[in-house]
Parts: sequence; C-alpha cells; structure tokens
Amino acid sequence: MMTDSKTTPSAGQTVGPFFNYALLRDGENDLTADGKAAGDVIIVEGQVIDGAGGPLRDVLLEIWQANAQGRYNHPADAPANSGDRELDENFRGFGRTLTDGDGCYRFVTIKPGAVPGEGNQWQAPHIAISIFAAGLTRRLVTRLYFPGEDANDADPALSGVPEEDRMRLVGDVAEGSDNTVRFNIVLQGDGETPFFED
Amino acid sequence: MTDDTEAQENREYWEYEPSSQPPYLTPNYKSTVIRSPNKPQYKLPRTLTETTGPLFTQDDLVADEYDLSVNAKGDAAIGSLMVMDGFVTDEDGRPAANTLIELWQANSAGKYHHLMDTRDAPGDPNFIGAGRAVTDSEGHYRFMTIKPGAYPVPNSGNYWRPPHLHLSLFGRSFMSRMITQCYFPGDPLNELDHILHGVPDADAKERLIMTFDPVVGVHEHALGYRFDIVLRGRHATPMVG
Repeated sequence: MMTDSKTTPSAGQTVGPFFNYALLRDGENDLTADGKAAGDVIIVEGQVIDGAGGPLRDVLLEIWQANAQGRYNHPADAPANSGDRELDENFRGFGRTLTDGDGCYRFVTIKPGAVPGEGNQWQAPHIAISIFAAGLTRRLVTRLYFPGEDANDADPALSGVPEEDRMRLVGDVAEGSDNTVRFNIVLQGDGETPFFED
Repeated sequence: MTDDTEAQENREYWEYEPSSQPPYLTPNYKSTVIRSPNKPQYKLPRTLTETTGPLFTQDDLVADEYDLSVNAKGDAAIGSLMVMDGFVTDEDGRPAANTLIELWQANSAGKYHHLMDTRDAPGDPNFIGAGRAVTDSEGHYRFMTIKPGAYPVPNSGNYWRPPHLHLSLFGRSFMSRMITQCYFPGDPLNELDHILHGVPDADAKERLIMTFDPVVGVHEHALGYRFDIVLRGRHATPMVG
C-alpha cells in the first residue's frame, strides 16, 4: 500500500568515464583479507564486451557475496534464519575493480556457500555483480553462478531465465587452473549477458 | 538500533518507478547505443542477496575527507568555494544513517584529475576532486568543495556538460546502491544536457538539481547548496499477503 509521504528514489545517472581516482582503492579486488578468510580461494576473471564486440575499459565492477558458509555479513541475515551458517570476521563479501585497457577484470575471493532464498528454497552459490560505466545510464545487475553445481538446477533466479540464456550466467572453468572461474560480460548483442531488474 | 531488527530488514522493497530512472538506451547520449542491452531484464526474486549489502560507518573515513577544497598539505584549490549539504532518506522519508557517499567532480576549469581527460584546460595541483562522507543518524551529510566548471564533450558538435558533481551511495543493501549526478540551479546548460534529460519524469529530473541555500553556506566564505537524496527503501509497513 502506498502512503502519501512516499517519494520515488533519486534518479541514477551514468558514472561517466573519469571516476577511478574517487572510487577505487588498492586491493579492493581481493576479498580474502590476505588469505585469512575461511574457505576455498577462487579467482573470478573475465572481459567486458560492448555491442560492437570490442573490449570495454574503465568499467566499474562491484561484487557482493556470502561467505564460504553461505552467510552474508549484514544484520538482515540474522541468526534466526542463519541455520548453521556462521559469520567469518575475515570476510566482508564486497569487492570492487575496474576493467583494464583490454576490458579485463579479476577478483580474488572465496567460493560462496549456498544461501537461503524465499520461503524454504535455497539458492545455489552465486555472486551478485553491479556494473557501472560511461554509456550505461545507470547500474546493470547480473549474477555469476558456478559450473558443475547441482543446486543450479533448482535455483529460483536461474529458473526465471530461459534455458538458452541460463548458461550465460554460469562461469566457465578456466583452462589450466582448478580455481579460476571465467565470466565474460557482454553488454549487448550476440551472447548478451542476461541482466536482472535493478 | 531498531532498524537492524530482522523484521525491519526483511520488509519488502519498493520497485523503481520506471519513469523516474533513465532508460539504458538514450540515443542523444551516444555511447549508450552500443552499451545498452537489447534484451529485457529478467525478474529477480528479492532474496538475502539483494536485501543485504556492504555497510559503512564514520570509522571507515579518514579525517577531513569531506573537504575537497584543500589538498593534503592544506593548500587551497582554485575556484568558488561551496558547501554541499543535505539529507539522505529512504522512500518513506526515514533517515538513511551510515550511508557512504563518494563525491567526485571536475576542477573549476572543467577538467578531471584523470590521465584520459586530455582536454586543453588547466589542471589544479591543489585539487584532486574526490571526497567521502558517511551520513549521521539523521541521514545528514556535508561536503566542502569548489564549484566545478562546464566542459565540452569531444566530437559532439560543441555539446557542453553543465557543471555537475558525481555521487555514489550505498545505503543498507545491494538494492539501494546507486550512482548519480547533481546539477546547479539556473545554469543554461542544464536544459541542453543529454544525461540529465535522459530521466523521463520532470519531477525526478528537477530533483537532480541542487537548491541554492545560503543557510548551509559559510558566512563570507562559501556558497551553500542543498541536495537531498532518496534511496530505494522498504515499505513503511510490512506487506501482508
């Protein structure tokens, strides 16, 4: 029910091209607290590609995720519904980085655990991604899922995406590395990444 | 803090009113043409992933990060001193406390502290143009800075961006995360700006323009501008059924 006092949120505007000196700090693409975070260390890397097929530099990527036990470091993930999931004081779950001149990005993080969904559902392990760039009037939102997870089949967010698009939300195992997940983000056109409503 | 109770945090969020946000494809803003997705976006169930997010406090700040008008050594930037002051609330008007705000902007000549800004305009060694603040318990924030200059967009037929400040806000969850820009009242370039006018709703557009407010300025020292920000928030009363 809407109340009379409701005000719509302020409008978003593009991040523009010149923001790195304000928004990025060294080490923010490493979520592991110098290796102290509990769980399996993984590399998440990929390339951001625009509708002309070219790599896009200076894209701000932010990730948000649960820890290895599937617990978010936030009071909304409160003990009452946490089950056995424990907080990890060395894992905050937030990372930021910028694509380089080849449109490439890289995060070092922990493989998240499964987290509760709506009702009695569980969500497959995943990482939420925010994308900001010049030429994006506001944020784009997507999710990265992990290859070979049985839980992907029952994941409520993945289930809402048509079969042919679903696989584009699942990262690829990188050749020659057993802990690197590759996830390219295609903003437009062939192979376009599925984006979610913000 | 009662706002941290599970019941508060897990209330449902409002969805964005589409006309209050700029569409991804805004043809007058040229680079959107090859960067805006073609396909419609999928619905995302609002889960813990979306209702949680990184939190910040005043302790995350270094002293004086709110003041962009002097460099680390205390040397003054060139330009018209101004205070930007305002409140961050959610959609029901509740204060958004402990919200990190990151501010960045061009210098008074309209040039950014960025290697790729190769425009023929002077840099200012005393001005980086980046600051941070965290809102207090009333949702209040304040920056001291200098008024940025307008600048021409290359290869755009002499289109100049109006003076503006960039703002990044987190709120309390992944859903409240947003980045925006705010503008100066009465500037003739506002009417011509493709980015500001990408917002369809007239009221939403107007709300990106600051209000001149001498009260928040500093007497005989700095002009005052008021800018209030509304973040996406939860319903005032829990949704039933």
